[in-house]
Amino acid sequence: MRTALILLFLLALAAVPGSIVPQSAVDALAVGRWRDEHPTLTPIYDGLGLFSVYESIWFSAIYLLLMVSLVGCFVPRIRIYLRGIRARPPGAPRNLSRLPQFRSFDVDEPSDVALERARAVMRKKRYRVDLVSTLRQAQDTAGSTTEGSVAAERGYLREAGNLLFHVSVLLVLVGFGVGNLFGYKGGVIVVSGQGFSNSLSQYDDFAPGSLFDPEDLAPYNLTIEDFDVQFLRNGPQAGMPTDFSADVTYREEPGLPERTHTLAVNHPLSLEGGSVFLVGHGYAPRVTVRDGEDNIAYRGPVIFLPQDSTFASFGVIKVPDAQPEQLGFQGLFLPTYGFSMETGPVSRFPDALDPVLSILPYRGDLGLDTGAQQSVYELDKKNLEVFKNDKGGDFRLDMALGQTKQLPDGAGSITFDGLDRWAKLQISDTPGKPLALSGVILALLGLLGSLFIRPRRAWVRVASRDGRTFVELGGLDRSAGGGLEEEIDDLERQLRGPSAGSPTEAHKGKT
Amino acid sequence: MTAAEFAAFSNNAIAFASGIYALAFVSHLVEWVLGRNVATAAPQMVVVGAPPPSGGQASLAAGRGDDLRIETSGRIGVALTVVAGLLHLAALVTRGLAADPVRVPWGNMYEFSIAGTLGVTAFYLALLRRHHLRWLGPVVTGFNVVVLMLAVLILYVEAGPLVPALDSYWLVIHVIAAIIATGAFTVGGMASLLFLVKQRAESRGEPGGTGYVARLPESSVLDRVAFRMHAFGFPIWTFAALIAGPIWAEYAWGRYWGWDPKEVWAFITWVVYAAYLHARATAGWRGRAAATIALVGLATLLFNFVGINFFFGDTSQHSYALSVITAHSGLG
Repeated sequence: MRTALILLFLLALAAVPGSIVPQSAVDALAVGRWRDEHPTLTPIYDGLGLFSVYESIWFSAIYLLLMVSLVGCFVPRIRIYLRGIRARPPGAPRNLSRLPQFRSFDVDEPSDVALERARAVMRKKRYRVDLVSTLRQAQDTAGSTTEGSVAAERGYLREAGNLLFHVSVLLVLVGFGVGNLFGYKGGVIVVSGQGFSNSLSQYDDFAPGSLFDPEDLAPYNLTIEDFDVQFLRNGPQAGMPTDFSADVTYREEPGLPERTHTLAVNHPLSLEGGSVFLVGHGYAPRVTVRDGEDNIAYRGPVIFLPQDSTFASFGVIKVPDAQPEQLGFQGLFLPTYGFSMETGPVSRFPDALDPVLSILPYRGDLGLDTGAQQSVYELDKKNLEVFKNDKGGDFRLDMALGQTKQLPDGAGSITFDGLDRWAKLQISDTPGKPLALSGVILALLGLLGSLFIRPRRAWVRVASRDGRTFVELGGLDRSAGGGLEEEIDDLERQLRGPSAGSPTEAHKGKT
Repeated sequence: MTAAEFAAFSNNAIAFASGIYALAFVSHLVEWVLGRNVATAAPQMVVVGAPPPSGGQASLAAGRGDDLRIETSGRIGVALTVVAGLLHLAALVTRGLAADPVRVPWGNMYEFSIAGTLGVTAFYLALLRRHHLRWLGPVVTGFNVVVLMLAVLILYVEAGPLVPALDSYWLVIHVIAAIIATGAFTVGGMASLLFLVKQRAESRGEPGGTGYVARLPESSVLDRVAFRMHAFGFPIWTFAALIAGPIWAEYAWGRYWGWDPKEVWAFITWVVYAAYLHARATAGWRGRAAATIALVGLATLLFNFVGINFFFGDTSQHSYALSVITAHSGLG
């Protein structure tokens, strides 16, 4: 018990750093930022596994020890319990008045009736009853005595609840472990009108469990037909999204009939081998870029990532096919354009009321041919040069919807054709979910049993002497729940029956 | 009434409820001061306030008139608490009605504070008679005054609709369970705290002690009340944090457990209270050690409620509890 206590505390303590230090499994970007800001601490934290606390050796060690202690605790207890559950209630102690609760009174019934009543009353109160000794004669100095006793016990299920709780905790851990090992979680941004098919290459990020096989990905595909978002237009919380949803069509397998679903927060699409969740959204301006030779070098939507609640979004456009030089653009998309001298261009509202692209054009080498991995949301500006305006400053393009702007030196043009929205989908499968859920529900049931079932023992001794029947009643609480006194009071009332005698002795100890 | 009128009513009702809680607190304070047999200067201790005439040894040397006055102030305190509780409830209901569309009134921290303190009052009043809890009166009313004041001063936001992530019936199930468990743990924590105070007085052999402590029930009674509160709260917390929460998280975020800071601390709270229940059944840990663990549990619970949103606001997916958020919390 003491070991388990200490391990529980260690577990609680060990969980704390994971809420303070960014976790790579939760937010990889935040971990990257943190690493950049703390170059000296990073290697130490890396060594301690502080960026993935819940997968670290020391965290695993604590909960594995806890599991061992759990098993070591309840296996012997199951044996004891199985033996105990078949045992008869122990006989009455010699001196009932030493028990925490004790009553003694006399009744006007013959002793055999009183004894039978005691048995019936205990039965009715759901005690397991054992008539330890039937009436027998005894002779002592006080005269002739007839004596008998009833032993009763109840609350056997408390320990069962306790054991169920501990076993269920193991079930939950197993279910959780299965999910972590065989599950996966991936994210992908899909522009409205475009599709996604469930294969590894389509994901923007993918985090498989260590035993997950990408071959097992279910072969479904889906298309986002339409994306709808509503923002609160006025009031103090204006700008808050009130609703967003995506109409999707999907096929569970190629060749199967197409079906539709409205994907929304709290309303995922559940498929065989994974569920699709809508977790975010943003804007994808459609642009056409013509190069210096007036050929269309790029046409299509470009995903911009929202930076704040106004949906001012950052993005880049890479045009590797532009001639004679490659072109690149980087800047902000502002759904509702605003401007002030202090802040420069800003977005005043998250909905696309007055959409403006505010970007800087670059020319040179995008660095795509080197073979190195490159983010689609970043320009590698090593070999790029920003266009300059007449005054020698950076040449900025501010374009409203439908506008076309020429680049300096006849390097080309860019047109802001239209606006799409994109949805961020999270696709994940967590096997072992039913196991974990049933485990935690069973644990709760066991917990309720172990907390609220009150195991008690009670004994009644009936003795008749000189034509009078004396009843002694003693009670013992086998848990710390309290309430024994009320229970024994109630038993006393019922034992006295219709013919109430007068109490001769009682003590109500601490319960 | 219009939504704006409901909102205004709710704000006024909270102000009045706080005022009446304060009066109830004062009334319990008077009860204590009289019971202390020092009818003059106001006591310097503020938090702990009043004695229960029902708590065993009634007044010490005070006359009959004092007894009556003590009982009267105590009763006035309880009556005022009932009035404040009703206003408090009205404030919560109208807060929900003030939103368009009408919704459950626990969508942000301000509303959760109001709902949680109402839970504390409800608990205290519901168990007042059965467990003779009047000795908790000053602590409950004092606590509620402080929390409501902080809520109004720091956490207040205008009534408005829910962010989409919260728009689910699991909000009703998950949060109401969390509120009930928070209420039970808070009242249980108060009892544990008083248990520690009382036990210290007992072990020093100060039967008289200062008025309030002397009039508290025996430490064993305090311990039992504390245990019952925690035993009631723990399964509900288990349900709120480890069943309803994960199910909702699975629907909303696509993972039932993601070690989000709020989840981590809910788990820590669960582990600490599990340790409390364990400690109470372990020789050598009963009594003081167990009560201390219960208080640690309460600290983690409150930290989870307040601290996470303030310190880790931008990294927690639960951060909408603080204020308006963007709906792209899932973005890389």
